[in-house]
Amino acid sequence: MTNETQVMPIYMDYSATTPVDPRVAEKMIPFLTESYGNPASRSHPYGWIAEKAVENARNEVAKLVNADPREIIWTSGATESNNLAIKGASNFYSSKGKHIISVATEHKAVIDAVREMERMGYETTFLQPEPDGLIDIKKFKDAIRPDTVLASVMLVNNEIGVIQDINALGKVCREEKIIFHVDAAQATGKVEINLEKLPVDLMSFSAHKTYGPKGVGALYVRRKPRIRIEAQMHGGGHERGIRSGTLATHQIVGMGEAFRIAREEMEMENARIKKLQSRLLSGLIEIEETYVNGDIEKRVPHNLNISFNYVEGESLIMAVKGIAVSSGSACTSASLEPSYVLRALGRSDELAHSSIRFSIGRFTKDSDIDYTIRLLKEKIGRLRELSPLWEMFKDGVDLEKVEWAEH
Amino acid sequence: MAYSEKVLDHYENPRNVGSFDKEDPTVGTGMVGAPACGDVMKLQIKVGANGIIEDAKFKTYGCGSAIASSSLVTEMLKGRTLDEAQAIKNTSIVEELVLPPVKIHCSVLAEDAIKAAVADLKSKQK
Repeated sequence: MTNETQVMPIYMDYSATTPVDPRVAEKMIPFLTESYGNPASRSHPYGWIAEKAVENARNEVAKLVNADPREIIWTSGATESNNLAIKGASNFYSSKGKHIISVATEHKAVIDAVREMERMGYETTFLQPEPDGLIDIKKFKDAIRPDTVLASVMLVNNEIGVIQDINALGKVCREEKIIFHVDAAQATGKVEINLEKLPVDLMSFSAHKTYGPKGVGALYVRRKPRIRIEAQMHGGGHERGIRSGTLATHQIVGMGEAFRIAREEMEMENARIKKLQSRLLSGLIEIEETYVNGDIEKRVPHNLNISFNYVEGESLIMAVKGIAVSSGSACTSASLEPSYVLRALGRSDELAHSSIRFSIGRFTKDSDIDYTIRLLKEKIGRLRELSPLWEMFKDGVDLEKVEWAEH
Repeated sequence: MAYSEKVLDHYENPRNVGSFDKEDPTVGTGMVGAPACGDVMKLQIKVGANGIIEDAKFKTYGCGSAIASSSLVTEMLKGRTLDEAQAIKNTSIVEELVLPPVKIHCSVLAEDAIKAAVADLKSKQK
């Protein structure tokens, strides 16, 4: 808690996390102090009330993605869902093969889980996306081997906001009899997800990316055709033995309500956010030497990841203290390396270093966008005055040809 | 990332930003670092007939600590002889700016920049 009154910057980091919608918070609170029963308590109303709330929430999650509620398993978040899917499925079906395919631009929760399988003796292929961030279907097909057991591709990328063609990739997996896992943490409430139609076996969901609380998520596990996974958490046999652990009723209620609101308001909200995104983009591309990272069409309207050439990323973030944004992803912001996602797109180190991810959402206002545009124009100008690279660029020097005195 | 007050001060109010004419025989230019590393410093010194550095200018592509290090260096260099300039150690930069361990390399780069600028000047004077 701060002692002095701190002026908070304008929040433009919705891809990192979202505020809990007040309606969601309101729904959660009674389950902390009044209806606090354990949903697994079968013998009294405290338990029954909690259980009912959990099942209502499960219905809401299922409704958003057009799944059967019995296909929804509660977890502590998308990271756990990713781990459960990847480890659980590849272990269960290891007799089919021990090769896993994923993508270089996946979230660390997928990449690290796949690397863990590598440690356990599996072989892995991480596909490189095209410069626009999208996977080439032919390259995906070429990577498949007779012993490939699982493929994992995220629906919406957290850093650059691009939308993968999950339908097409899923069809390929069906043909090759490969289990298809999709990390949809950044997708719920932003793009339509219809699991009755999509050829997906496992899908991860997060609450806190969709105006729900942190610490809860879900994993979709298809029933028809049936997919089975090995549990990673043991002890009590909750969630049909797939994920043991007392269900956090208040968290789950929050996720259910968040997903209900997402279902009911997605269309209207997306239209509003698209307008804000267009406004932001047209304002920012007035600045010289800016590059949008990721396909401009096949992206969610909430995300804009832009590189500002000849200005370094950390000094840029420091310069724009008035807005809360991130350079690269939250997970990698502690390291000195440029974003691995942007590098995978083929961006040079410099452009990868000098990127800002603007992610807007439900509570972003027009005035926030206008302020952001003014701020960036002012600060980029100032930083470029400080930059020897900008000076060389303006002098017509070809920076590719310079021999740098690296140390 | 919590920056020290000194770093923030140099970042908000950098001293001696700009360029001298590279071709000027009284100017030494040191350019160190590389865009791929996220740090490039251009440091220039203008030396009077008496061998004293009368003015210094910098331009830096890099994080707040890198900008602060090079800005501080331009202040440290004014009024010094070339030998004194060569003797400036990165540790004095670290101390003055209270740089955390992860940013010490910025001060090292600044020290390298000084040496490069002095070397450039000396090679012109031959």
